[in-house]
Amino acid sequence: MNFARIARLSAQRIVKMVAVVLAIAVTNFLLIHAAPGDPASVIAGQSGAADPQLLAQLRAQFGLDKPLTTQLAIYIGHVLQGDLGTSFRQGRPVLGLILERLPATLLLTGTAFVFAIAAGITLGALAAQRVGRVADSLITVLALGFYATPLFWVGLMLVLVFSVWLNWLPSFGMETVGADLHGWAAVADTAQYLILPALTLGLFYMAVYARLTRAAMLEVASQDFVRTARAKGVPEGRILRRHILRNALLPVITFAGIQAGQLIGGSILVETVFAWPGIGRLAFDALLARDYQVLLGVFLVTSILVVLFNLLTDLLYAIIDPRVQTA
Amino acid sequence: MHDITRRTLLSGVALTALAPALRPAIAAADIAPKRGGILNTILTPEPPILVLGINNQAPTQLAGGKIFQGLLEYSFKLDPMPQLAKSWSVSDDRKTYTFKLQENVTFHDGHKLTADDVIFSIMKFHMELSPRARPIFSKIKEATAPDPHTVVLTLDSPFEPFLLMFDVTACAIVPKHIYEGTDFRTNPQNQKPIGSGPFQFVEWQRGNFLRLKRYDGYWVKDQPYLDEIIYRIIPDSQSRALALQTGQVQMTQANDIEPFDIPRFRAMPNLEVELKGWEYASQLSWIEINHRVKPLDDVRVRQAISHALDRSFILNKLWFGIGKVATGPIVSTTRYYDPSVAKLQAYNLDKAKALLDAAGLKPDGNGVRFTIKHLALPYGEVWMRLAEYFRTSLRKIGIEVVLETTDAGAWAKRIGDWEYETSTNFVSQFGDPTLGVERTYVSTNIKKVTFTNTGGYANPKIDALFQTARDSGDSAVRAKAFTEIQQILCEEIPQIWLMEMQWPTVHEKKLHNVIRTAMGPNAGFGEVFFG
Repeated sequence: MNFARIARLSAQRIVKMVAVVLAIAVTNFLLIHAAPGDPASVIAGQSGAADPQLLAQLRAQFGLDKPLTTQLAIYIGHVLQGDLGTSFRQGRPVLGLILERLPATLLLTGTAFVFAIAAGITLGALAAQRVGRVADSLITVLALGFYATPLFWVGLMLVLVFSVWLNWLPSFGMETVGADLHGWAAVADTAQYLILPALTLGLFYMAVYARLTRAAMLEVASQDFVRTARAKGVPEGRILRRHILRNALLPVITFAGIQAGQLIGGSILVETVFAWPGIGRLAFDALLARDYQVLLGVFLVTSILVVLFNLLTDLLYAIIDPRVQTA
Repeated sequence: MHDITRRTLLSGVALTALAPALRPAIAAADIAPKRGGILNTILTPEPPILVLGINNQAPTQLAGGKIFQGLLEYSFKLDPMPQLAKSWSVSDDRKTYTFKLQENVTFHDGHKLTADDVIFSIMKFHMELSPRARPIFSKIKEATAPDPHTVVLTLDSPFEPFLLMFDVTACAIVPKHIYEGTDFRTNPQNQKPIGSGPFQFVEWQRGNFLRLKRYDGYWVKDQPYLDEIIYRIIPDSQSRALALQTGQVQMTQANDIEPFDIPRFRAMPNLEVELKGWEYASQLSWIEINHRVKPLDDVRVRQAISHALDRSFILNKLWFGIGKVATGPIVSTTRYYDPSVAKLQAYNLDKAKALLDAAGLKPDGNGVRFTIKHLALPYGEVWMRLAEYFRTSLRKIGIEVVLETTDAGAWAKRIGDWEYETSTNFVSQFGDPTLGVERTYVSTNIKKVTFTNTGGYANPKIDALFQTARDSGDSAVRAKAFTEIQQILCEEIPQIWLMEMQWPTVHEKKLHNVIRTAMGPNAGFGEVFFG
C-alpha cells in the first residue's frame, strides 16, 4: 500500500475541501438573505404589536442595518475564526445550539441506519435465496410498500397502533421528563421513545437495502465463479455467504455511504411527527424565523461533515480496492 | 359588592378595601385545593426567549405568565384584580395612580420585590422594549416610591384605559438588580428568567421540553399547588392531538389543537373544553384590505365583499363553532362595544352584486368583474381553508381571487411593506379600543410595520373621534366617541371583519381552577390543582 500517495491525495483533497466549504458558506449566506423577510419583521409579526422603533432596535442588534457585503465579510471573518455567531432570536451561541441538538439526531439516524442495514440485507438475502417463492413475494411486496409509503404516514400509523391502540410506546419526545432517571433506567427509558421514530425512518432505508441486496445477489448468483464454486462442491450456505452475498454488498455499501452523509442532517419529517429534538427541526424552525445565523451554522456544520464523509469514502476505496483511482 | 361597575372602579372611588373581594371565589365549593402533581402540557410554537417584554409572542406569554407577574389581573369583564398590587387608587383629577404593593414578595433568586423594581420595569424596561407600552408609559410625568411598597405614577394628562396596561403580558415586573445598566435584550439572565411568579424556571431543552417548578418562596400562602409544569414542544398538530388523547399531556391551549379536532375532544368524558379566557386579548380576525389597490378603495366594493361572506359558515364550518361572528370593529368583550350600532353587512349575494354594479364594475364575458390577489395567512391549516373559502365566495359575485401562499416570515414582511392586495389578519384589542383598535384605523398610524394601519385607511372624522376618546378622561365622552366610530366604521368597513377569536383550552376534568380570569391560560396557575 502506498502511504505517500494517500497522504499526498489527502493533502490535496483537504485544500479543495476548505475551498468548497467556504464557497458553500458564501452561497448559503446569499441564498438565505434572498428569502423575503428578516428576523426583525418575523419577531414584529409575532408580537401582536410593533412600531418602527422596535424594528430599528432589533435590526441594529442583529447587525442587519449594515450593507449586505459588510455583513457577509463579518460573517466569513467570524467563521474563519471558528465562531458561528449568536442566534438572533435566542441570544445563544450557534455552535452550542447545534452541539446540543446533534446527539439526539445522531442517536435517531444512527439507530435507523443500523436497523435499516441489518434488516434490509437479511430480508434481501432471504428473498434472493427463495426467489420466486412465497417468502420472496412477501418480502418484495413489503419492501415496495415501505419504499413507496410517505414517511409521515408510516409514522402516524405506527403511533396509532403502538401508542393509541396498544398503549405500549410513547408517541412523542425522547425521554420521560421529570422522572430523573440514571444509568440503565435512563437508557431503557430513551430506548422506548426511540423505537417508533427509528422504525419510521429506518423502514424506508430497509426497503431500499432489501431491494438492492436482492437484485445484486440474483445478478451475482448467475455469474461464472458461482457456478465454478458449485461445481467444486462448495456447500450451498457457504456459497451464499462467501461468494454471492459478499460480492453483492458493494452497491449496498455505496448507497450506505451516501446515506451516512445524510445522517447528520437528520430528518425534519420524523423529528416533527415525533417531537424529536434533533438538528433537522432546529434548521427548519430557524428557516421559518429567519434566524440566519443558526441556519447558516447548521448548513456549515453539515456541509463540512458531508465533505469529510466523501473524503473518507474515497480514501477507503483507494485502500480497499487499488483499481479505484482517486481523482 | 359584585355590582361594582367598571366606571366607579376606574374613576377613583376608594378601592383599597374592595379590590380583593373581586377575586372570584375558589372553584367548585366541594373540592378543597390539594398540593402536588405535575402538569404536562404543550407549548406551540417554541418561543425563542421567556422574558416578557424581550419577547411577546403568544407562547412566551403562556410560559412567561407563570414565571413573571404584573401589578394587576383582569376579570372576565375586564375589571382590574390585585396581583402584585394589593390595592390601588386614582386621584380625583384622574392623573395620579397610587399602587400599594403586596409585602413579602421575593424574586426567584431571593431578592425582595419592591417599588424600585416596579418603577424600573415601567419606566426603563418596558419603556425601552415594548411597542405597546412605550406610547402609554411615556405619558407618565413622574414615578415615585414614597415607601418600598407604594408606587405613585403621575400622568401628564388623564388616560382612562391606563389600568389595563398592568397585567403580566403588558408590563411584567422584572428584577431591577439583574437588568439595570445592562443591554436588556442580550442580558445573559434572559436564558434563565427570574421573576416573582408561582413557578420558577428549572430547565429548557430546546425542541424538547421546558420545565418549571413550584417556587417555594411564593407570596401567596399554600400556593402554588402543583409541583411542576412541564411544557412539551410538539411541532405537529396531529401529534399534539394524540398526546392529549392518550393522556400524555393533561392540558392544551391556544392553537395547540386544530379546530376540526375539537368536536372529538368535547366527546371525551374525561376532558373539558373551555372557551373563556380571551377577553383581554379579544382578537378580531378580518380580511385585510390594502386601500391603495383599486377598486378596494371604493366603499361599495368593500361592502360587497362583506355581503358576500357568510360569517356563520366560517364560524361553524371552518372553526367548528369556536369564536363568535364579528359585528363590527370592536369585539363584544372589549370595553365600549355598542351592540345597538355594531351591525355588519348581512350575507346577501344579490346586494353584493348590486353594489359592484353600482360601482361600475360590470362582469366580462367570463363573468369576472375584476381580479385581486389574496395572501393567505400561514398560521396553520384552518387559515388556508379560510383563504379558499374567500376565493370561492368572491367568485360567486364575479371577483376572481388569486391565492398566494408564503411562510410567516415573508407574510410579516409583505404586510409590513404594504406589498399585498388582500390578506387575512387577526389582531388583539387589549381590552380597550384606544389600546388595540385605534391603531388599525387612524391615519397617523399608517406605517411600514405590521399591526399598524397597514391598509392605509384614512378618514379625518375617524382620526378626530379616536383622538377625542384617547384624550378624554371621562368615560361618557369616550363612550359617545366610540359609538360614533362603530357606526361609521361598520358603514365604511375598512377591513372586512370576520370573527371574534376564541381559543379552546382543553384539560382533564380533574384539573381545577384552570381558566379564572381574562388572561386565560396565560395566568400564573398558582391556584391550579389536581383534584
